[in-house]
Amino acid sequence: MTAVVASPSIERGGFNPRTIGMIEALLIPVGALVASAVLFSVFLLFLGKSPVTFFGLIWTGGFGSAFSIQNTLQRSAPLILTGLAFAIPARIGLTLIGAEGALVLGGFSAAAVAIPLVSGGWTPVIGLPIMALSAMAVGAMWIGLAGWLRHYRGVNETISSLLLSYIAIAIMNFFVEGALRDPASANKPSTMPIGDAYRVGSMPGTSVHWGLAAGVLLSVLLYILMSRTTFGFAARMTGGNVRAAQAQGLPVGMLVVTCCAIAGACAGLAGFFEVAAIHGQANASLVAGYGFTGILVAFLARQNPLAIIPVAILFGALQAAGGLVQRRMGMPDATVLVLQGMIFVVLLVSETFYGRIPFLQPKREGGR
Amino acid sequence: MNLAAPSPAAALPLRAPSLATAGMTKIFGPLVALDDVSIEVESGSFHALLGENGAGKSTLVKCIMGFYNADRGAVLLDGLEAEVRSPRDARALGIGMVYQQFTLVPCLTAAENLVISRADAAAIIDWKTEMPRLEAFMDRMPFRVRLNELVSSLSAGEKQKLEILKLLYLEQRFLILDEPTSVLTPGEADEVLGLLGEMARRGEVTVLMISHKFREVKAFCDSFTVLRRGRLTGSGDAQAASVEEMSRMMIGDTEIRERAERRKHNDTRTVLDLAGLCAVDGEGRPVINAVNLKVRAGEIVGIAGVSGNGQSALVEVLAGQKPLTDGAIFIHDKPFEPKRGDFDRFKVFGLPEEPLKNATVPRMSVAENIAFRSYDKPPIASLGWWLSPGPMRRKAEKLIERYRVKTTSPDSPIEALSGGNVQRAVLARELSGDVDVLIVANPCFGLDFASVAEIRSQIMEQRNRGAAVLLVSEDLDEILELSDRVAVMSGGTISYVSPIEDTDRNTIGQHMAGH
Repeated sequence: MTAVVASPSIERGGFNPRTIGMIEALLIPVGALVASAVLFSVFLLFLGKSPVTFFGLIWTGGFGSAFSIQNTLQRSAPLILTGLAFAIPARIGLTLIGAEGALVLGGFSAAAVAIPLVSGGWTPVIGLPIMALSAMAVGAMWIGLAGWLRHYRGVNETISSLLLSYIAIAIMNFFVEGALRDPASANKPSTMPIGDAYRVGSMPGTSVHWGLAAGVLLSVLLYILMSRTTFGFAARMTGGNVRAAQAQGLPVGMLVVTCCAIAGACAGLAGFFEVAAIHGQANASLVAGYGFTGILVAFLARQNPLAIIPVAILFGALQAAGGLVQRRMGMPDATVLVLQGMIFVVLLVSETFYGRIPFLQPKREGGR
Repeated sequence: MNLAAPSPAAALPLRAPSLATAGMTKIFGPLVALDDVSIEVESGSFHALLGENGAGKSTLVKCIMGFYNADRGAVLLDGLEAEVRSPRDARALGIGMVYQQFTLVPCLTAAENLVISRADAAAIIDWKTEMPRLEAFMDRMPFRVRLNELVSSLSAGEKQKLEILKLLYLEQRFLILDEPTSVLTPGEADEVLGLLGEMARRGEVTVLMISHKFREVKAFCDSFTVLRRGRLTGSGDAQAASVEEMSRMMIGDTEIRERAERRKHNDTRTVLDLAGLCAVDGEGRPVINAVNLKVRAGEIVGIAGVSGNGQSALVEVLAGQKPLTDGAIFIHDKPFEPKRGDFDRFKVFGLPEEPLKNATVPRMSVAENIAFRSYDKPPIASLGWWLSPGPMRRKAEKLIERYRVKTTSPDSPIEALSGGNVQRAVLARELSGDVDVLIVANPCFGLDFASVAEIRSQIMEQRNRGAAVLLVSEDLDEILELSDRVAVMSGGTISYVSPIEDTDRNTIGQHMAGH
């Protein structure tokens, strides 16, 4: 609107926009969680179950004892990594939902690389990093491919990454049920076990594997990368307005593919820990939905790598408590999935509230 | 199936209505967009609605058309209060509007566009009876459009005529035109407005035209109303009032910054050299074709042209948003690639059109947007990759002050700023350093008077300091005011180049139209 010339440049007053942003980023997701809890309570009442008992059990199963806390953290480790796998490309404007595939393929390639390492008698000090790096490299290539297709061929990245996930699972099945099948795995086709020596152990004093530490460390590193480096700044420019980024001469293609590769490496690393710390081999158990729950985690965390940590723990708790709910309330395992689904829908609706909470709006100076 | 419709436009001599608004008030949140505005448009008049951007013109016509419901006030049609709650009501009352953008369906013919626009269009159209009716309708009209031609193959002028014909076909006798000539060549504009003026004089239509251009108002309109900041600031006889009076009503007593002087200098080296540039659009059709142009130091070369003749593609090529298929760009005789390194090395800067869309990231803060050129250089970046928000913010605060960007805080998202302030923030970023080459596209589009003067003088200052300036503009007045040389772009290539002193509006207009 009409701009008044020669007026004071910076007007103080009202909330600082950065504070408003922070309040919103906290208030809206928490509000969405509360709203979905209320909705889910209605669902439970409809089934004749007590919401109080349900949320009590979630608390007990997730945080009630030292055991349940460790169980929660164990499950949150891959969620942190798959959450990052969604959040980093989201910063550059891509909606990639292929973390599941990168996780599966990463885990599989770690298990596959382990076969010659184990039989060759290599020490785990060398072998484990090789496994981890190969998992990250394969994941990076997998999601990087979706990013490359997006930028250079105009292929919708959401669809391509989803389809690539199915291809990834099929590739794993192809080898696990064929060339790389351990003959001893009769009922559940699997690769050769990596053996106890190659197992990633627990962090000292806990029963939680090192994947949690890796996830937390990566969250912090990627937070710094995205908010405090020129790379992150360029990525945010590209994500916010690709035309402006081009006009500033930024190498948009390189930025897009790199962000996707980082995402794939995170998911691949999650797959590595699933194999090396939990299952000990690659099989269909890798397809556990961590990649898809990671999308939800990233959404609730507003794509902020640091916020992903507590959110992942929350969802880890939900999953950890699933069994308890099943046993005590006689409800199917999928109950937790219903809750997750509700959270997701409410969360998507809540996106519309950004910038619309009346008491947080700055007074505009006669502008449109 | 009976498809007969009450034959449209059977009776052209329906009298043109008069229209008035009484105390129209519209409030959006904290903003009073319209404050007690009463205008009067007499039957059969050609009335101009003047005002700067954001003065409330669009809000007023949207209230008349029923897009908005006014908080207070009424619309009087032929003296009687008319209830217009939706555009459908307006249509039933015979009030029609031509928008800035075309609302025709490009892949249909003119005849098809007319028939489907009817509210009672049948599910199955009986062309055997429709065509003669359309022909008969056309015969009564002062201007024609080829009925069987696809709209996509019509020129902009023909499309605009078809838009107007569509309203007449729908029996709408009160026409609201929103800057109807912005997409036309001067010749086309004069023709369309001239014909409308004749129709108004014969009492067939009443026209209310939103305009920025005093030349058109003086040439075609008989009365006018001026709005400023949502208030009525004047009205009267368009022929009796002088341009000075009207512009004073529009801008009020705002001080306008003095225009920078055009200074002579002797540096005549060629700085920017475009050699045979070619590029294609998404479908592989050529959009620019062998563009050759040289821009010297301390010179503004203005590129005029009707929009859609390759100017925006040319700017995109220079900004690195569109790849070249052939040709090369040289700066100081060295090859230039539109990459970040070369932008810095050759000191190339740009003010693209629609800055919010092309030059900023709307959700990033004002400070971050101002740092787009400097975030990867000291003092903001150390070691080439570590970003320090402190220096970024301090630099932004300094530039916000110097360029008088009006914002609540450097941390506000830039999308919260008004258009003029977004453009000022972009100016601050692009012009605060040492500029050798400046590429400017429609820098003042959609801005108010005061901002326009300020931005033009900034561009002139860069020229005086020795920058080679390429100015692409759809506003011929802007080109005539700023340029040292004029080039005309038509059909994707430069069809005419001339020093400003050897040419005039008419010659340029003829080349714009492709003659």
